[in-house]
Amino acid sequence: MAGGTVGIVLVSHSREVADSAAALAVALAGAGPDAPVAAAGGTPDGGLGTSSELIAGAAAAVDRGAGVAVLVDLGSAVLTVKALLAEGDELPPDTRLVDAPFLEGAIAAVVTASAGGGLDAVEAAASEAYGYRKA
Amino acid sequence: MLDAEFFRRWLTGTAALVDREAARLTELDSAIGDADHGSNLQRGFTAVTEALAKDAPETPGAVLVLAGGQLISKVGGASGPLYGTLLRRTGKELGDAAEVTPGQFAAAFAAGVAAVAGLGGAKAGDKTMLDALEPAVAALGADTDTFAAARDAAGQGARDTVPLLARKGRASYLGERSIGHEDPGAASSALLLAALAEAVA
Repeated sequence: MAGGTVGIVLVSHSREVADSAAALAVALAGAGPDAPVAAAGGTPDGGLGTSSELIAGAAAAVDRGAGVAVLVDLGSAVLTVKALLAEGDELPPDTRLVDAPFLEGAIAAVVTASAGGGLDAVEAAASEAYGYRKA
Repeated sequence: MLDAEFFRRWLTGTAALVDREAARLTELDSAIGDADHGSNLQRGFTAVTEALAKDAPETPGAVLVLAGGQLISKVGGASGPLYGTLLRRTGKELGDAAEVTPGQFAAAFAAGVAAVAGLGGAKAGDKTMLDALEPAVAALGADTDTFAAARDAAGQGARDTVPLLARKGRASYLGERSIGHEDPGAASSALLLAALAEAVA
């Protein structure tokens, strides 16, 4: 886990949702060393669903050797990432499915990774977003 | 004994049944899901058939692992990783033996079904594919005669999902409205077991 910045992959059933969540998280991360963020939304033909190829490609693209945090929306996105992790060799070493709300967790993860936090810190920050009550 | 050819027959037979029943699966899924189960499984098993025709693995385990990988990568919906995990885990349990006994297959398939339960966090009675797969596992035994019993048990298990309240997946958001519909995943699992029984011939 020496050097590098934690990479973030955002997996949604929708390409637009994943792309927009990534853009928002990067915009809100502000100054500091940029964490690599990649969106894996929808199917390769632009439809709704989950693509293991897009996920694997996104994870490889953001891997800097410090681990990759994967945030997902629901259903097949969760199951596909779990299945890929179970394969053992489809995703970079130290890739982790982070249990977090998708959008709020993405922002916390990107901010934390951009500030130089390691994979554990990124995961903790993203998961803590569950505890933020809005009403 | 069951060889690689038997398992190819099983999976291409499943692909044929999925083709034939795709409209019914999608209709079931339109009642309580997002209406893509038939087309998703069709895409997945078409990829399985093509991959098996191209690679022709020589052991039962390799056939199942290849097929499972295709389902995980090609389906796009939750059924991909679930069926993909079922076949991959079953295949890995069989190892690299050139032939396996029906009893060895039954034990490996049970491990595959357990892996599906672990992946989705579901259990019998949640109105999922497990309601067809678990009775099938219970019916599978030491000889191929039990494959027909497993087919019947899976079919009955799928029909028995009609009165259940969905507790997993998109249908669970519907609450009481999920009652009265057969679970599409249990219905497609029944097709998988029907193809298994057919492959014995």
